[in-house]
Amino acid sequence: MFSIYITSFIVGGLICVIGQLMFDVAKMTPAHTLCTLVVAGSILDGFGLYEPLIDFAGTGATIPITSFGNALTHGALAEAEKHGLIGVLTGMFEVTSSGISAAILFGFIASFIFKPKGNL
Amino acid sequence: MDQKKYAKLEQGITPKPPILKNCIKAFLVGGAFCLVAQFIALFYMTFFDFTERTASNPTVATMIFISMLLTGFGLYKKIGQIGGAGASVPITGFGNAVVSAAIEHKSEGYVLGVGGNIFKLAGSVILFGVFSAFLVALVKTILVKLGVVSW
Amino acid sequence: MKGLLTFPSTPSIAATGVTAGPLEKKSPFHVNFDKMFDDERCGMKTNEQGHAKLMEDAIMIALSKVDKVPSDADFLLTGDLVNQMTPSNFSATTVGIPYIGLFSACATSISSVLLAALLTEAGLSKLAVAGSSSQHNAIERQFRYPIEYGSQKGDTSQWTVTAAGAAAITPYQKGVPSIERGTFGKSVDMGMTDPLNMGAAMAPAAADTLMRHLSGHNTSASDYDMIMTGDLSKVGFTIYKELIGNQGIKDFQNFSDAGEEFYGNNPDFMAGASGSGCSAAVYFSEIYKKMMDKEYKRVLLIATGALLSPLSYQQGDTIPCIAHAVELTMK
Repeated sequence: MFSIYITSFIVGGLICVIGQLMFDVAKMTPAHTLCTLVVAGSILDGFGLYEPLIDFAGTGATIPITSFGNALTHGALAEAEKHGLIGVLTGMFEVTSSGISAAILFGFIASFIFKPKGNL
Repeated sequence: MDQKKYAKLEQGITPKPPILKNCIKAFLVGGAFCLVAQFIALFYMTFFDFTERTASNPTVATMIFISMLLTGFGLYKKIGQIGGAGASVPITGFGNAVVSAAIEHKSEGYVLGVGGNIFKLAGSVILFGVFSAFLVALVKTILVKLGVVSW
Repeated sequence: MKGLLTFPSTPSIAATGVTAGPLEKKSPFHVNFDKMFDDERCGMKTNEQGHAKLMEDAIMIALSKVDKVPSDADFLLTGDLVNQMTPSNFSATTVGIPYIGLFSACATSISSVLLAALLTEAGLSKLAVAGSSSQHNAIERQFRYPIEYGSQKGDTSQWTVTAAGAAAITPYQKGVPSIERGTFGKSVDMGMTDPLNMGAAMAPAAADTLMRHLSGHNTSASDYDMIMTGDLSKVGFTIYKELIGNQGIKDFQNFSDAGEEFYGNNPDFMAGASGSGCSAAVYFSEIYKKMMDKEYKRVLLIATGALLSPLSYQQGDTIPCIAHAVELTMK
């Protein structure tokens, strides 16, 4: 029960270290890095490897952006299992809808309230 | 001096990024975001009817809300400067990309500015996530139908 | 010839005006700025309007110091980095001086002075205002990311300043610095591609213009009290010294860079300052004042600019750069 906090911190931190290495060593832009991580998460789920990682690390696996690729794939696969090929199309946002809708909603709300500030 | 020679000279002078230091900071900041999320998940599991699995959805939404506040009050860019990928890779970084674009383009109006630019940074993540999910799921579904692998 | 200019009538810089934003109070140069805004948008609604206000006020301050109003001026030559240079255009609308918009990126501070001097030399202008400006938020959002986006800036990154500088250029007058010679730069591309390391891209252009100025006008580096580049900053300035060191310049005592010194050694600003307002603000405050005080008798100012756009960078093009030089003397 308590160990999930430790594994979450370590696994989440390590995924970020991979991202940092992509910044500093591979000289990738943030956008290229994040896209690559999302694709990696998606492929890992194809091999059925991402869900065990979530069992092991909890939010350490669900909070990094890799989980977004995993969730999209997972939704698509779950629907495909039920409805065949057409499910690949229809199931994609089944699991990830909360992240996207929260981002859109809070992004829009923020634009009512805040102004960008160029301070340090 | 030709370009190759200059590149060599430039490489010798331009400081290299402090990779180890950056990685440690990314580890700590990224780990901290995940740890906070774990406590939020605990909150949803304790006080609401969520399981370890279903708590992930409200947890992600809450983290994006926190990211909105940090971005709006000008703190996320400071966390990003310290944490690097530790601030970009967690879902809060996705939130930051959306929120920062939204408030930046407020000056061009809500439809053309905010609406037209809100996914300026996060859009590519969604595109490649969706496309790779489509390919992976398609391949796997076909392989299952052919009896090569099972769900 | 070959981009080299000599001004026999030695047009004068009769006065200057420099405005800056709130963060620029951290600059050691700020004591000589004429006006510091407490608001980063200069009290305007948008960053771009604030940007225009910076330029407008710098122009007005420079004119007021020679007891002139905009209708007395013959030409306005200004530029900035925003798309289609709307801040300069809009400030030109407000002051209403016949206007030529100029783009040499961050080297506009000097290309504008050179052109104003040419107009004066030709007898076509009795009072021309030259200058350039930049505003942090407006430039960052265009060239990089939204202001609040949490991307990590490395040690080679530079901080775009919020500042504007303007110079009132007249036929020769006693007691003020005058423009003796100048050199227009070539666009130099050494194959650099990193937009977060502009200093390294610009250093070869600065070195090229410096060497052309020295050999073309038969002078040597030791003839100047100060040879100041624009915004090479810490990384670029080191490379530039290495480049000109290879071409025979050994003593760097009278060399400095406005961007490198702009924010002192504050690590929050990474490699230092950049932006068209950076060189303009330092040249037209610190350097101008030291010339008026006769601390400097002869200076060479080499403003550097990177001629990229977000589009050219995304399309994978390398970054061509330019440097323009002007030689000022105080008799």
